[in-house]
Amino acid sequence: MTAEHPMVRLTGVAKRFTKGKETISIFDHLDLAIPRGDFIAVMGPSGSGKTTLLNLLGGIDRADAGEIAVADQRIDGLSEGELAAWRAANVGFIFQFYNLMPMLTAAQNVELPLLLTKLRSKERAERVHTALSVVGLADRIKHRPREMSGGQQQRVAIARAIVSDPNLLLCDEPTGDLDRQSADEILTILQLLNGELGKTIVMVTHDPAAANYAKRVLHLDKGRFVERELAA
Amino acid sequence: MRSLWLQVAAVTAINLKSIGQRRWLSLSTVIAIALVVIVLLAFLAMANGFQRTIAGSGADDMAIVLRAGSQAEINSTVSRDQVRLIEDGPGIARGSDGKPLISPELYLVVDGIKRTTKTKANLPLRGIGEQGSELRKDVRITAGRMFNRGSNEVVVGKALLQEFEGLDLGSTVSFGATRWNVVGVFEAGGSVFESEIWADLNVVQSLFNRNNIVQTVRARLTGPAALDELKSYSDNDPRLKLDVKSEAAYFAEQASQTSDLIQKLGWPLAIAMALGAVAGALNTMYSSVAARATEIATLRAIGFGGFPAFVGTLAESLLLAVIGGLLGAAATYLIFDGVTASTLGGNFTQVVFDFKLSPWLIAEGVALALIVGLIGGLFPALRAARLPIVEGLYAN
Repeated sequence: MTAEHPMVRLTGVAKRFTKGKETISIFDHLDLAIPRGDFIAVMGPSGSGKTTLLNLLGGIDRADAGEIAVADQRIDGLSEGELAAWRAANVGFIFQFYNLMPMLTAAQNVELPLLLTKLRSKERAERVHTALSVVGLADRIKHRPREMSGGQQQRVAIARAIVSDPNLLLCDEPTGDLDRQSADEILTILQLLNGELGKTIVMVTHDPAAANYAKRVLHLDKGRFVERELAA
Repeated sequence: MRSLWLQVAAVTAINLKSIGQRRWLSLSTVIAIALVVIVLLAFLAMANGFQRTIAGSGADDMAIVLRAGSQAEINSTVSRDQVRLIEDGPGIARGSDGKPLISPELYLVVDGIKRTTKTKANLPLRGIGEQGSELRKDVRITAGRMFNRGSNEVVVGKALLQEFEGLDLGSTVSFGATRWNVVGVFEAGGSVFESEIWADLNVVQSLFNRNNIVQTVRARLTGPAALDELKSYSDNDPRLKLDVKSEAAYFAEQASQTSDLIQKLGWPLAIAMALGAVAGALNTMYSSVAARATEIATLRAIGFGGFPAFVGTLAESLLLAVIGGLLGAAATYLIFDGVTASTLGGNFTQVVFDFKLSPWLIAEGVALALIVGLIGGLFPALRAARLPIVEGLYAN
């Protein structure tokens, strides 16, 4: 994917929220291009629109204006059903509080995205095992979230995000609920997924230490990006 | 399509497995629905038990003759001359001695005291002809003996004895100005006759000053088809202004009036309670959707559609409703099935009957529970399906 064909492209995107009689503009004519295989950390003050940006990229929120394309496919005009199918095939989400189903085992949680595919039960089980192996939890497949630490739960969430092999991973404060050691482990896994498997990663974070694991940091402030290249 | 059903199954399983997290709210809904079903089934079991007792009393090959237009025995009169004409009528079976198998009967109301409440109630005293007991199914003296003709003796139905005091075997009881000796207890296959006191017709006529009349005539027919012959005979003789019915049809009419009334009381009450249960179910299911908002939104973000969220929520509501329905049916069975009660029958006398549940009635109760669950789950399920993903993700 070249600069002319970025993995993610936002062109003239606007997003506004209405609160009572007041309309708040988050972005107005926002442009962004993220090359395939990039690992971007998005930072900025609270309310700057970091999470809103992630939601727009993931097709779970809609822009008021502008174009959003992922892998050359426009998603801003898709219907709800088309967006759901597109998300299932192209995006993996990682949330701050893991968002695992508490009553399901690790394996059952990881299997959820595969229920949207045509894979048979045996193939699904193999893929689940592979995904959990990648995050180092192959021995925890029958454990439920409450039987695991926060770091382990986030690793299960990462396994869920990659099990259907999407190209784009969207991480919303993935280490925001973890201690430093667990956070480093998670970020190392993300680096691995980016470096070894070529996943394009967009990570929203408040943590400068977490941002250091990314290849680039974008600062979002007052609806505009300010880029900072990382030394490492 | 396969993927859709896998989604539905997964979301439904997630919902059902998470009920434990909302156990108290779910339990309150289950109990509310169970109470609705208990109320409904109690009334239906009462109506059913009453109907079985009354309707099961009649036979197709037995004619009952009343005054034209009489709805019940209590307001019928049949004269001595009319009885003789009936005896000679067509289609009436005869015994080995050649006598017609009929029983002229007088039906009177006497006072009794209910064992449970110690209140007065109307009891039926029936003066029966010589063949009165033989003309009824499964009549058997279970204690003592049959009354002697020409004496002021009575035999008491088993059901009546259980419910009313002062009628024990060997006791003496006052009806009107006369004292009667209780010399026997009889059963009659659980039919309405077990709610009666029987005595000799002639003695009853004499002691209650009804010498020339009876109220009904029971007549054994040569077969069910002979009823039309007897009817035709009665209709064509101006001296016989009488209604001729099969005993089965007569009791079916009697039963339907009271059981319809019981059902007309039961259904509105149950429906009124069901509305309350629907409100409870709505509250529970809206709370369920709110509690699961993040889960629902996460699944939607992953790529699940709104339909599985809809079905999963509805399935939860229906499961709670089914549990409530079955719990209510089980409780009704344990509390009410077989319980003996008495109420006023068509003759303004007490009829003793047992509450009786049936599989069909249980199905009606569970169906009502499912309707409560369906309505209570429908709108929350729509909310779950339409929940904006972003709103759900950051709800909790």
